[in-house]
Amino acid sequence: MNILETRHIVKQYAQHRALDDVSIDIPRGQIFGLLGPNGAGKTSLIRIINQITGPDEGEVFFDGKPLGPEHISRIGYLPEERGLYKKMKVGEQLLYLAQLKGLSERQAMEKLKAWFIKFDIKTWWTKNVEDLSKGMQQKIQFVATVLHEPDLIILDEPFSGFDPINANLIKDEILELREKGSTIIFSTHRMESVEELCDHIALIHRSKKVLDGPKKAIKEQFKTHTYHVEYQGVLNDLNPAYTVLDKKTLEDGYLRANIRIPRDAAVNELVRNLIDHVSVRAFGENIPSMNDIFIKAVGEVPTT
Amino acid sequence: MKIIFLILKREYLVRVKKKSFLIMTLVTPLLVSCIWLIPIFFAMRDIDQKKIEVIDETGKFASTFKNTKELVFQPVKTPVEQAKKDFGKSGYDVLVHIPGNILQNPKSLKIYAEKNVSLEVKNGIEKAIEQEIENIRLLDAGIDRKVLESTKVDVSSDTYSLSDEGEKDSSSGAATGIGYLCAFIIYIAIFIYGVQVMRGVMEEKTNRIVEVIISSVKPFQLMAGKITGVALVGLTQFLLWILLTFGISSVMSNVLGMESLGPQKRVEQMAQQPGVAQAPAIDKPKTEQKSSPVTAIFKAVSTLNIPLIIGCFLIYFIGGYLIYSALFAAVGSAVDSDTDVQQFMFPITIPLVLSFIMAQFIIREPDGAVAFWMSMIPFTSPIIMMVRIPFGVPAWEIVLSVTLLIGGFLGTAWLAARIYRVGILMYGKKPSYKELVKWVFYKT
Repeated sequence: MNILETRHIVKQYAQHRALDDVSIDIPRGQIFGLLGPNGAGKTSLIRIINQITGPDEGEVFFDGKPLGPEHISRIGYLPEERGLYKKMKVGEQLLYLAQLKGLSERQAMEKLKAWFIKFDIKTWWTKNVEDLSKGMQQKIQFVATVLHEPDLIILDEPFSGFDPINANLIKDEILELREKGSTIIFSTHRMESVEELCDHIALIHRSKKVLDGPKKAIKEQFKTHTYHVEYQGVLNDLNPAYTVLDKKTLEDGYLRANIRIPRDAAVNELVRNLIDHVSVRAFGENIPSMNDIFIKAVGEVPTT
Repeated sequence: MKIIFLILKREYLVRVKKKSFLIMTLVTPLLVSCIWLIPIFFAMRDIDQKKIEVIDETGKFASTFKNTKELVFQPVKTPVEQAKKDFGKSGYDVLVHIPGNILQNPKSLKIYAEKNVSLEVKNGIEKAIEQEIENIRLLDAGIDRKVLESTKVDVSSDTYSLSDEGEKDSSSGAATGIGYLCAFIIYIAIFIYGVQVMRGVMEEKTNRIVEVIISSVKPFQLMAGKITGVALVGLTQFLLWILLTFGISSVMSNVLGMESLGPQKRVEQMAQQPGVAQAPAIDKPKTEQKSSPVTAIFKAVSTLNIPLIIGCFLIYFIGGYLIYSALFAAVGSAVDSDTDVQQFMFPITIPLVLSFIMAQFIIREPDGAVAFWMSMIPFTSPIIMMVRIPFGVPAWEIVLSVTLLIGGFLGTAWLAARIYRVGILMYGKKPSYKELVKWVFYKT
């Protein structure tokens, strides 16, 4: 079952339609990548899910029920623009934020202890936030986001501002949260982390949803039916159904070619055909990267 | 409600724990105590006892000088030259020499002292002798002083207000004082704490924490929690100021060696001080022995409707603060930086400053049309009505004004909340007034 569904969401600002008939389904227990160029409408959608603003049209369902105030404590949100009260002690601040999400002071205390031990940051408790480095503040904010063990966690560019070591730490935490059954909406521009983490993606471009589905299916959809081969010999008399797109000589004298085959052709036939003509060192399918898909999908949408 | 309480608690504790709060809370009563204790201290220091030897060559002034706590007179018979020579060893502070020809030549009076004689003592002695000479001359002319006194008239008036309850002694002086004091406190409090609300909103916006907070709570809850939290900070501070001023005053007065008196008594004492010093040891004529001005003020104040004034003060204090702090919150939400604040602060502070300026005119004509209308408009009524109330305002006017105040607050809070909820998420360029109006009608 889907933990969150949006149905035909429309959000209109004065001159600008931020979301236009956006329907997405977010399956439970997955990492859902919400992608799109700047200004596409991602933040507007995230704010609607967080009930910071409401949609002009359309509905949002959480756990099958219309989204309402009772769901606030089940959602955790890490906005792209991070911020904490600078003059407040770390411990007090986290206790406060947790209580706003409905935890009692005691519950919050217990959970915080566990996180402070886990991240080995016990000495930060009585420090003012402004005395911490930016990366440390990010860590604190991450703890604040997930402390109340929300079912749905919304992370907007969670890795920005982290050094590689801490980014890895956070990545492991995200994966662990999924293991524990949380669903994560992951909004980012960084396609390599989408590649690495996301199970599902939706792509929003110019206020409209242009792509949506499991990452594997989308990759399948964007397959170009091209293969690469590294070989020695002359690649001339192949089956005319196959198109050699390009050829280049590698540093060690081998050649590398990209070949497109018809949609219904069998790969085995291509391999057999190749072996007849050249000596093959390596062969593989060209699988589109998320980056390719992103550029293709965004570029293809007609401008209005 | 639980959420608002949580927010209120944070807003309150964060501010109360600040060093600046602590300093302000301590320094202000200290200053206030100093301002009104030091003059008393100096006034009282002059009262150390002075011994005065009097050489009266005429023998007619024996009963002129009466001993007081501060001045002790001792008639002596030693010749002047001898007394002057022995003055250093005699233990007297002042030597008064009344020559035999004083009646003919009043300027021949001589006062000697090692240090300069204080003006009060000098004047006092001169006056006493002057009067005695006058008496003697009058007597010589066959006029009894008492006859003369009875011809003197002293015109002074007490003001009375004629109200339904009949004639009541009212002092417009006391009413003016109380009214102005209340208006001033409200004016200052709105500014201090309204700006604190605005700063708080701006801090959350520029810190970007606001987005996290309003994913947990409604913008209105955040605004309401902040405004009430700051209100409690203000009440705490005022309460501490009153208690500390009282405490510090009594400690200081002990340290300075004053009798530990209640502040009222001390005021009375201070007020009486000049009178005592001016005419030491003089049998004051009966007409001068009217009640001291301070007692008069207390008498006048007691004729005012104190419970009504206190009740109205609280209502207008809280109402005025709420209206303006909601507007200040809206301003804080609309801007990104301190430099933009000025433009939006200006229109808000106009009615506030205007009513404070108008207060001094209205105090002279508390029942005029301007006074009436300004005490009805919710943006000016907290100050103007407080100026008028000590003079007596018909009940229906107060009820109407308070109703309008409550209505005004609800309207302002609604408006402010509409701007606030949009403003806190808007970054970038400074909005125009037109845009602010648009925000009000945004659907969320």
